[in-house]
Amino acid sequence: MEIKYILDIIYLVASVTFVLGLKMLSHPDSARKGNLYAAFGMTLAIIGTILLYNHADGYTTREPIKIILILAAIGVGTVAGWLTASKVQMTKMPELVSLFNGMGGACAAIIGLMEYEHNLGKTGALATIIAGLIIGSVSFSGSVIAFLKLNETMKKPIRIPKYNILNTVVMIALVLFGTYIVYDQPEHLFLVVLLFVFALVYGVLFVIPIGGADMPVVISLLNSFTGLAAAFGGFLYQNQVMLTGGILVGSAGTILTLAMCKAMNRPLSNVIFGAFGGGAATGTAANINGSIKDISISDTAILMNYAKKVVIVPGYGLAVAQAQHVIHELELLLEERGVEVVYAIHPVAGRMPGHMNVLLAESNVSYDKLVEMEDINPQFANTDVVLVVGANDVVNPAAKTDPSSPIFGMPILDVENATNIIVNKRSMNAGYAGIDNLLFYQPKTSMLFGDAKGVLSKLVSELKQM
Amino acid sequence: MNQIINFLGENIQMIYIIILSVFVGVEVIGKVPAVLHTPLMSGANAIHGVVIVGAIIVMLNTPAENILALALGFVAVVFGTLNVVGGFAVTDRMLEMFKKKK
Repeated sequence: MEIKYILDIIYLVASVTFVLGLKMLSHPDSARKGNLYAAFGMTLAIIGTILLYNHADGYTTREPIKIILILAAIGVGTVAGWLTASKVQMTKMPELVSLFNGMGGACAAIIGLMEYEHNLGKTGALATIIAGLIIGSVSFSGSVIAFLKLNETMKKPIRIPKYNILNTVVMIALVLFGTYIVYDQPEHLFLVVLLFVFALVYGVLFVIPIGGADMPVVISLLNSFTGLAAAFGGFLYQNQVMLTGGILVGSAGTILTLAMCKAMNRPLSNVIFGAFGGGAATGTAANINGSIKDISISDTAILMNYAKKVVIVPGYGLAVAQAQHVIHELELLLEERGVEVVYAIHPVAGRMPGHMNVLLAESNVSYDKLVEMEDINPQFANTDVVLVVGANDVVNPAAKTDPSSPIFGMPILDVENATNIIVNKRSMNAGYAGIDNLLFYQPKTSMLFGDAKGVLSKLVSELKQM
Repeated sequence: MNQIINFLGENIQMIYIIILSVFVGVEVIGKVPAVLHTPLMSGANAIHGVVIVGAIIVMLNTPAENILALALGFVAVVFGTLNVVGGFAVTDRMLEMFKKKK
């Protein structure tokens, strides 16, 4: 019996848990178990590698110092990863996923840097290394920029003149540079480090012009990039678990990216190359007629108290104001009085598809109160009150009526079919996509200005007195 | 041309794995409800943390005297672990909240 076979079998088991895990993650009932299966497989693969891996040509040694270093590194990563993951607020999750994704990319890039010298002379292996290095670095720096953007450290999309052309030129240069290194195989690492830096710069250029609203798509795309980078590593080491894990994420991530784009009804190329917001806003500004109507908290309370059916449309603004808990309180209070309350969840509500569900689940809102767009849209006609909290673009009728609007074609929630529409917003500022919303000017619509949490708490206490 | 054919031939098993994995990845994700997009992305994110296996291999193959390489490897393993542990932990946290309540 060869030790290598045991490791191979461990890798096989781990690969199966990855497939199973992903499969189970796509059903609500089995999702949590699926995640644990995959985590278990990953643990097996890591322990197996530390104990059993041996290079075919006998490079592998297990001096105590190396084992200690590896375990220490895993210890540091585990504590830091665990703490961040368990402490972070659920609203900050997209940032976190982006950051963890960047870490994986950086890991792949470093592997490339270190393996280069060992593989001089082997063109195939070098091509793999350079590809992994480039993709890993792009994924790393891109993820960091995405993190900063979601974090709102970097607020506005930065417009570099002719950035589409610039990006394409940089990308082609990057590929040519990589190809040159694979063929010429310079012995000195300097050029490889230069390539590494160059790839980092490209990652920054790639993400910087993209608007914050599109970040989830970008993160999903970078996620599949990192998968690819891992797969290149697997190819290099003839390591099946890295290969299957990497490719699985690469292909699944691509499908997920396309699904997200579909939810926004925009082709991927439009997300990456199309400038969103900014100048496009001017188109709608001209044909706004009608005026904004205010509504007081007590009037809102009365309206809701005597309604038969209330639909709440939560948006990211709700989460920013940390108002998930108050809205749940409002929902319970209204239900107590015999009002039917449901939440209308747009596929891209929040900052990621499904993000809003996670946020509302956190405040104990029952899973079956969350109604998806296709199911809720026909119900708006017999809805008395729609309460829009911190959402904007997902209820903008311009998506249906104004071909010049940047969100034209995106499926939206048909709130305008309801009898009354109450919109809670902090101010009249445009939404995340930076465009005006005609819904606010309609006669059926009333605006309830103020911070979501403050306004909703007042609404709850007003209702209690009724 | 020769080079490419040789490369493909020598690695034919790996290429099989790649192609089949692509299909598995596409199929497995095919019908996921939008509700689960975020946890799924996060879970997939954790799975590509498998790149840590490569980082461990690099360290095991590095001679113990090569301090610079060991230091780089150390950083790579920390990054990989962050990806794996953070990824699975945050996914679990999200999914924990999806319990059905009545």
